[in-house]
Amino acid sequence: MEADSKPKKSGARLCCVCNQNRAALKRPKTLEQICRECFYAVFEEEIHQVILENQLFKPGERIAIGASGGKDSTVLAYVLSELNRRHNYGLDLFLLSVDEGITGYRDDSLETVKRNELQYGLPLKIVSYKDLYGWTMDEIVKMIGLKNNCTFCGVFRRQALDRGAALLKVDKVATGHNADDIAETVLLNILRGDIARLSRCTSIITGEDGPIPRCKPFKYTYEKEIVMYAYFKKLDYFSTECIYSPNAYRGFAREFIKDLERIR
Amino acid sequence: MHLTLEFGGGLELLCKSVKFHNVNVDLPKGADKLSMRDLLAWVRTNLIKERPEMFMKGESVRPGVLVLVNDCDWELSGQLDTTLEEKDVVVFISTLHGG
Repeated sequence: MEADSKPKKSGARLCCVCNQNRAALKRPKTLEQICRECFYAVFEEEIHQVILENQLFKPGERIAIGASGGKDSTVLAYVLSELNRRHNYGLDLFLLSVDEGITGYRDDSLETVKRNELQYGLPLKIVSYKDLYGWTMDEIVKMIGLKNNCTFCGVFRRQALDRGAALLKVDKVATGHNADDIAETVLLNILRGDIARLSRCTSIITGEDGPIPRCKPFKYTYEKEIVMYAYFKKLDYFSTECIYSPNAYRGFAREFIKDLERIR
Repeated sequence: MHLTLEFGGGLELLCKSVKFHNVNVDLPKGADKLSMRDLLAWVRTNLIKERPEMFMKGESVRPGVLVLVNDCDWELSGQLDTTLEEKDVVVFISTLHGG
């Protein structure tokens, strides 16, 4: 038998960027094995490049970050704040939150956004369905049952974001939609034969002809990387599924894509 | 084997909302090592109190659940074949929720 002197975690790989630190994760985007520090750098730099190459912002603009307290919007607020500082984008950043009135879900996640307001020093505005429309999502579901809830909520939320953005007098809204989300949306639109949506859904900027344009700085950012970034940096986010979402069709698209990724 | 397990991203709801678990896992009969494969089976039986399909699919975790062993992505150490050692910390994070 070989005397296999096993160093703890034998095969501890080195970061392929700096070749010094132990690799902490395998990037799904590039399959590179990378350490924490290099990961932070490349994650942030890539988003910075997306912002520059797609000309998402102009100096002096007021930007509302659609903030739900979830992983994507929290990391977006953190990174945008940081990049704004580091690269002098000259932006005035705000957190904009929509309260759909979903008990046990939204009320908890709003607590997280309120903490984010303090943690990141970004002013927060919350707009609610109850105030805007006279209905909470809970009341709506009671009326229509558990079908197509996301369809209604999505439409209402988008309008709520526009109204909140107008109240804040911002020039643009940035949302945390990530690469996985967009992949799901593409598949969803194909499965439903929604050609109209299909042609628009991968645009990084939308609504330029409307009141408030929207952009998705995380369009090319993988969900796994967002979660790992938040985990290593110990960012505070809320992570429970909306109680109405198990009935959403998107779940099938997500499952399929995740299964595909596994056999890649 | 004594291990510390952490459940995040909503997975804690499957374990009665307890995020951290200090566990003592018996090695499988006749084995001298504990693999992640063994640990997952143990977790499903002993810690997951509801909706196991939210945590596992087949013998691995449900796609969309990230696994870290001592703060290191398990994809670097062989996923299910990763061998565990005494006092290791294993973290399970679900990414399957709103952002």
